[in-house]
Amino acid sequence: MDATVAQTGTEGKTWGGGNRPLKASYGKMMMWFFIVSDALTFSGFLASYGFSRFKFIDSWPIADEVFTHVPFLHGVPAPMYYVAFMTFILIFSSVTMVLAVDAGHKMQKKKVIWYLFFTIIGGLIFVGSQAWEWATFIKGDYGAVETNGGKILQFLDKDGKRVAIGEFATTLPSTTETHTEGNGIWYMEGGTETSFNYEEVKAGFLANENLLIRDQELIPDMEALRASEDTADKQEVARLERSFINLDATGEKAIYSREMSVAKLVNDGKLVVEGANLKHNEYGTPLFADFFFFITGFHGFHVFSGVIFNLIIFFNVIIGTYERRGHYEMVEKVGLYWHFVDLVWVFVFTFFYLV
Amino acid sequence: MSAHAEAHAVDHHDDHGHHHKETFITKYLFSQDHKMISKQYLITGLFMGIIGIAMSILFRLQLAWPEEPFTVLEIFLGKWAEGGVMDPSVYLALVTIHGTIMVFFVLTAGLSGTFSNLLIPLQIGARDMASGFLNMISYWLFFLSSVIMVMSLFVEAGPASAGWTIYPPLSALPQAIPGSGTGMTLWLVSMAIFIASSLLGSLNYIVTVLNLRTKGMSMTRLPLTIWAFFVTAIIGVVSFPVLLSAALMLIMDRSFGTSFFLSDIYIAGEVLHNQGGSPVLFEHLFWFLGHPEVYIVLLPALGITSEVIATNARKPIFGYRAMVASILAIAFLSTIVWGHHMFISGMNPFLGSVFTFTTLLIAIPSAVKAFNYITTLWKGNLQMNPAMLFSIALVSTFITGGLTGIILGDSALDINVHDTYFVVAHFHLVMGISALYGLFAGVYHWFPKMFQARMMNKNLGYVHFWITAVGAYGVFFPMHFIGMAGLPRRYYTNTAFPYFDDLADVNVVITIFAIITAAAQLIFLYNFIHSMFYGKKGPKNPWKSNTLEWTAEVKHIHGNWDGPIPHVHRWAYDYSKMNKDESDYVIPGQDFVPQHIPLQANEEEMNH
Repeated sequence: MDATVAQTGTEGKTWGGGNRPLKASYGKMMMWFFIVSDALTFSGFLASYGFSRFKFIDSWPIADEVFTHVPFLHGVPAPMYYVAFMTFILIFSSVTMVLAVDAGHKMQKKKVIWYLFFTIIGGLIFVGSQAWEWATFIKGDYGAVETNGGKILQFLDKDGKRVAIGEFATTLPSTTETHTEGNGIWYMEGGTETSFNYEEVKAGFLANENLLIRDQELIPDMEALRASEDTADKQEVARLERSFINLDATGEKAIYSREMSVAKLVNDGKLVVEGANLKHNEYGTPLFADFFFFITGFHGFHVFSGVIFNLIIFFNVIIGTYERRGHYEMVEKVGLYWHFVDLVWVFVFTFFYLV
Repeated sequence: MSAHAEAHAVDHHDDHGHHHKETFITKYLFSQDHKMISKQYLITGLFMGIIGIAMSILFRLQLAWPEEPFTVLEIFLGKWAEGGVMDPSVYLALVTIHGTIMVFFVLTAGLSGTFSNLLIPLQIGARDMASGFLNMISYWLFFLSSVIMVMSLFVEAGPASAGWTIYPPLSALPQAIPGSGTGMTLWLVSMAIFIASSLLGSLNYIVTVLNLRTKGMSMTRLPLTIWAFFVTAIIGVVSFPVLLSAALMLIMDRSFGTSFFLSDIYIAGEVLHNQGGSPVLFEHLFWFLGHPEVYIVLLPALGITSEVIATNARKPIFGYRAMVASILAIAFLSTIVWGHHMFISGMNPFLGSVFTFTTLLIAIPSAVKAFNYITTLWKGNLQMNPAMLFSIALVSTFITGGLTGIILGDSALDINVHDTYFVVAHFHLVMGISALYGLFAGVYHWFPKMFQARMMNKNLGYVHFWITAVGAYGVFFPMHFIGMAGLPRRYYTNTAFPYFDDLADVNVVITIFAIITAAAQLIFLYNFIHSMFYGKKGPKNPWKSNTLEWTAEVKHIHGNWDGPIPHVHRWAYDYSKMNKDESDYVIPGQDFVPQHIPLQANEEEMNH
């Protein structure tokens, strides 16, 4: 076998074969490439979100007006406070994960257990908060009317403060009768009803002179528009001046004058919307709610699976599996996944809440 | 000896189970051995291929003799061909499922799945894939998705019918066409599972090539097959997840009332609530996968061809590094050209010109490959066995199909032939037929490796090749002309337009060629199955090839090499290499030097 001692010509070369050029085990690399792949799935979603939002750039709901709630502080407007808390918790759980991985390198079983435990708790708080955030968004706060064209009309008082439909809608005698399982050969559960119907909101609105309506349209830069010589722009200026009373508030939602408000509600109104779901959204275009539920839901599913993976590894650490194996690489692998999920949240948070 | 001991230490974890007794289930069903998994992929792929090709014959009958009764249609289509006349909705279903099966199940899983699994460990000198378990899961997910896709043929309202590209709103609204009901749901479920399978497979291929190359097998000594499989896997990891995004959003639109791809729809006397979505968004997401998918299909075939042509021309491959560079360039460019499928979708025309530019850039690496094949053949000592013939035919169809690609990639020209048979001819030649030729070349070439030195019958191979080569051009060449004459694709019948009456005879010719070509595949099937059991046993290295797989044991053992894994001392293409004084070959009387042979005394080392 003396021929086999011949040199291959690649001795000492990183990519020469017979070694691990990236100094990583196959499992760790698989996790990295899986992350690449999953990142592209999320990119697909976020790019779609950007594409759709750009289409409605002049009427997209303002996140500061949507996410204003904090648990136990009912009625106190605190935009973004709670989501900031959630984000902090999630990022902090990444910190504890790093500490767990580091303790794993040093074979400190006790420390790994404690840091993994904190990571799992952080993940659970995040998923719980997400559920609460969803519930609040689904419940809604002020209610609105959807027009035949699918636009959302929201109600304000003379000072420009939002008014909930419950505060002014009159109760009319109900025209619907509840169908029960007992009196028919075919029974299907009816859809949920809003607390007031369109007729009730309309009657209440007409009876209350102080109410105005806000469109989902945003006020454009009027100075630039007025300076334009274009006939289409001139017509647009005329339309805006005819309809809205807050033309100096660039970038805010347009408010109709009282006469226009009445006309808009009576002529175009169709149904009452309370809260948000996949078909209607009291805060504005339904696509906002569609993407919010879909992307945060997909991310929440990732966090949830991450918590499950962490739990499995947690118990494996406790029973000493990795101590016997001689290394804690599994902690590192789930750590990679966990950091990735956190990083995705940073993007989701940025695009849904901040910009 | 010390070198060997070291190699053992590195790949030790793959060694256990070496001598375990295997049961039927662990050997043939839930095998974790890459050679068995590759055979599972091949046979599942061929089975799906039979279905896909049979479907094309059924709808070709309708196109050649519109609304004529055929008993065969009634036999296969039942209630959708009462009295033997095909129903329009099942025509759409056949076209859709033919496309889906051929692109994904035959040419993605059947081609890349088979040969990546077989060749990656054998050619890089590894005992098995990095993770045999995930490899097994990958195959069984593919099997499950195949089963679901086949099942969808039998649902009451028929399978998915919105074309293999499943554009919404047609695919999103169950009330739009019968095929958008349960059939489409099953299609989406099947594809989601397929994507998971493809991901697991690709992860394995990538890390195996990175980590498990034997000593001396540097990246620039890898056979081009491995480069092709490696890069294909990378494209798969990058592009399939975006199809997953599109599929998940489509599922939401179909079943949960979201409006991602839907807006302003009035159907069946009813205004739908959906507002704000955009079908063009779906096209963007779909083609971000869809275009790289073309190269996922084609690159493995090109890799196989490189290997087969060099071996059978008894010449080193021309421009090894240029070949690698063009594989990488094609892979990169494939991700930035998707818009050329959407020139008339309503996308911004400026974007159209950008995509035209990037698309035409692909001509450069493609031409590099085509010229390198031709120069490798030039003055070679050509061994015209069936694998070689199919490889040469691949070069031919790659060029003919590629030339029309230049026309279709140009937005100004594309608009005139968009969605005509010109497009059908283009992509069938450049990716369908080319990739199938690659598949056939691979099967003829590596059959002895798969089935323990049994060879396929050469004469039957010649018959199969010549009928297929002539027939495939017979099918697709005339399509260019009827396409340029304006005949649109996906139409159930063209008799409603007197303008197309002149083209009816060409359609008959095409169908006759299609039937003959499909029949020739039965010869291949017979040859394949017969040789599996009764094929003549050949030598260990039947093609006198340089790559490592021919040094492995003929009998399939777990771990591939009974002894230590061979080390690699040279690249894979030392064919007809002369010694220093040009008096004889490096190894006298043998015109090839396998990769594991050390540098000889009277040999000049060359840098490729």
